[in-house]
Amino acid sequence: MNYDERLKHVSVLGAAGKMGSGILLLTAVEMADISLKPENKGKTFVLNAIDLSDDGLAGLMDYLRVQVQKIAEKKAVWLRQMYADRADLIENFDIIEQYINDVLRIVRPTTAMETSYRSNLVFEAVSENKDLKVKILQQIDANNPNQPWFFTNTSSVPIHIIEDEAGLKGRVLGFHFYNPPAIQKLVELIVTANTLPEATQFANSYAKSLRKVVVPSNDFAGFIGNGHFMRDALHGISQALELAKAIPLTEAIYKVNKVSQDFLVRPMGIFQLIDYVGVDVVQFIMKVMNPFLANEDLHCDLLDKMMEKDVKGGQLSSGAQKDGFLKYEKGAPVAVYNIETGSYVSFDSFSSKSDEQLGALPKSFKPWKAAVRIANNESHFGPYFNEMKTMNTEGAILAIRYGKRSDSIGRQLVTDKVANSEQDVNTVMLTGFFHAYGPVNSFFE
Amino acid sequence: MKRKIYMTAGYNTISMGTGRKEFNPKKDRPGLEHYISEAGNGVLKQIGGAEKVDESFIGNFMAARFNKQGHIGGFIGMIDPGLEFKPAMRVEGACASGGLALISGIRSVLSETAEVVLATGVEVQNTVKAIYGADILAGAGWYQKRKNSHAYFFPGQNSDRAGAYYEKYGYDYTRKGMGKWFCNDMENARLDSTAQEFHNSTADLETLYHGMKPNGKSFVDHLNVLDCSKVSDGASAIAIVSEEGLKRIGIDKKDAVEVVGWAQMTRNITNDPPDLLELTTVKKAVAKAMETAGITIDQVGTIEIHDCFSIVGVLGVEALGLTTPGKGAEFIAEGNTSRTGKIPMNTTGGLIGWGHPTGATGVHQAVTIWQQLTGKAGDAQIEITPEKPYGMTINMGGDDVTIVAIVYKRGV
Repeated sequence: MNYDERLKHVSVLGAAGKMGSGILLLTAVEMADISLKPENKGKTFVLNAIDLSDDGLAGLMDYLRVQVQKIAEKKAVWLRQMYADRADLIENFDIIEQYINDVLRIVRPTTAMETSYRSNLVFEAVSENKDLKVKILQQIDANNPNQPWFFTNTSSVPIHIIEDEAGLKGRVLGFHFYNPPAIQKLVELIVTANTLPEATQFANSYAKSLRKVVVPSNDFAGFIGNGHFMRDALHGISQALELAKAIPLTEAIYKVNKVSQDFLVRPMGIFQLIDYVGVDVVQFIMKVMNPFLANEDLHCDLLDKMMEKDVKGGQLSSGAQKDGFLKYEKGAPVAVYNIETGSYVSFDSFSSKSDEQLGALPKSFKPWKAAVRIANNESHFGPYFNEMKTMNTEGAILAIRYGKRSDSIGRQLVTDKVANSEQDVNTVMLTGFFHAYGPVNSFFE
Repeated sequence: MKRKIYMTAGYNTISMGTGRKEFNPKKDRPGLEHYISEAGNGVLKQIGGAEKVDESFIGNFMAARFNKQGHIGGFIGMIDPGLEFKPAMRVEGACASGGLALISGIRSVLSETAEVVLATGVEVQNTVKAIYGADILAGAGWYQKRKNSHAYFFPGQNSDRAGAYYEKYGYDYTRKGMGKWFCNDMENARLDSTAQEFHNSTADLETLYHGMKPNGKSFVDHLNVLDCSKVSDGASAIAIVSEEGLKRIGIDKKDAVEVVGWAQMTRNITNDPPDLLELTTVKKAVAKAMETAGITIDQVGTIEIHDCFSIVGVLGVEALGLTTPGKGAEFIAEGNTSRTGKIPMNTTGGLIGWGHPTGATGVHQAVTIWQQLTGKAGDAQIEITPEKPYGMTINMGGDDVTIVAIVYKRGV
């Protein structure tokens, strides 16, 4: 079965979810592009968008139409060539409309999982629950005569465990997109000792076709991305709790968030990132990872408390940020959650005092947006962090400590053989988390 | 000419679109009504009101598609009630629609049906994304050929011209000239507060230009976006008057330009250009305009040329007779067309820098020449010497199809 044949009948499980919808979009477009090749004319391609939610599937189809149109508009030059034989399609408008139609006619939104019994390839993006994943994959495999391949989007469950428990020997691999899949360039690719070489080869071709950056991760819970992020988040939380011995926790959270964003020049502070991913998701991933870690306890009481208060962050289906540790207005944090009172405390009421205590940013500071555009930015960050080291302010001390911890987490991932190289760790954080510089560096020595 | 014809009291709205700080494609923006009204009133205010006007012409290319609005002549009465129940019509010749509005005004004054004509041009193009705007603008070509043309139709046509020029005279040689043309346009646009690139602050324009290589996969083979004119919303207007008309509106001849020669000609749209390396119709129209004016190119002090693409600047220099074929790129690269050069062109940025609200461009060109020859160009003012007192506009519709060329000098 060649690449095109493999993609002739595909299913996405959890297609209406945050990750599933992106995977579905990218796969639908890839399948449509293949179907337009002269040798595939007249062949029918099927992509089952499987989800439990009827509402979700209706929203998915709206999302698809909008996104496919945007994609089509960007590749109109190519589309004119692909539809050159269609005398009735003359203007860009005609051609783009036809392409949208051709993508959407491949997609079959359905709540019936049975439709996947005829697929050659199944993307799994259901909720991050090992037993659920195993149960579903096992059921599909038992009813599907095609010996399908299963690509799971799990961000934390070891693949070999799914493989064993679902009895999928060699036919499952981890294909971990980052959120949102349509935009984020990174895919973590995780194989087991048994994974068929042709499945790995296909996964690489598919990722390349989607113009993704593939980083191979070894099969340890959390892989590289969450392996770093979870520990990085725990460090941020522990620093805040430490500061909270002397000041209110709300102010401590504000400070650590500011240090991790501004002083460390990251796209968002650590508490904003936890909110972005979702307090519930972070707690859940730690819970999944923890049993697999021998000498480490990946757990946080503060997250549990937040969950008890039902303050979870995450995003609305519109993409707007929901309130979590921080409260957001037009996407920007403006207040911090007081876990005792259950209400938000406005930054305005204390931030000037906190900022003064943290101290000024180094003079050579450039915001993340500008710094991320500098080519060879070592020449910027080297002197920047050197300047910070001379400052001895609360902000500088916290930032240097944070940078060192982030660095050691990165190195540990290589030592623990989760990542094959420091470079891979950095690539994941640069492309999957949009960091301006890799966590493994020499800036904080 | 049997009567003296003058132009005066010109007005440009801002050319709105990417480049302007206040432009936000996601927010509602003013429409045709706003621009027509602002430009029309900008002239009326200078000439003493609508009662002075006998007739109006408005150039517009494709409001029927950009704005789902036909019957643009009907908007003249909206500018001022004093224009209602008087002759008003829309004229169309693709991107030369504005030029045709000027020609129509000149004809009316010549035919003595009018002493004062209001000539306006308008286009509001940011209503659709560029990829669909390309469909609409392709209407300036022959629809029968649309199927096999480029997604970006006009960039595609001019990419072919650029490619032919690269092949014959060398890529680097040509890009040097085209790049200089782009830089001149940007630097000039920064001097005119109505220009779309007025806010442009790129420190090193040349590095920007030469760092961006043409990429046929995402755009066209031989041009990058910096070689192209802007997508613009805007309007321009000017009064076209007789000697008697000047008296009526109380404007002195020295504050007006006299139209001393003009030519309008059109090539068969169903034919391909006879020669990719020549703007044949431009060449013929320019020659005829200068002949009617009784001047040579050496007497022309400044020119507004229809640089919808930088390669048209290069080919335009050659069509003007300033150089022999193949030497246009060098002529530009040496700085001869810059604002301090031998013959400054597009002194407020041209179509690439000032902007290209298609139906308004011909009128905008006339406004710029009027400003320059009467000393009203503000920061963009260039020096006009007695040896070279003439100005010229060349407005082009389609791929060298409809051409309007006009020669002006300051009124005395």
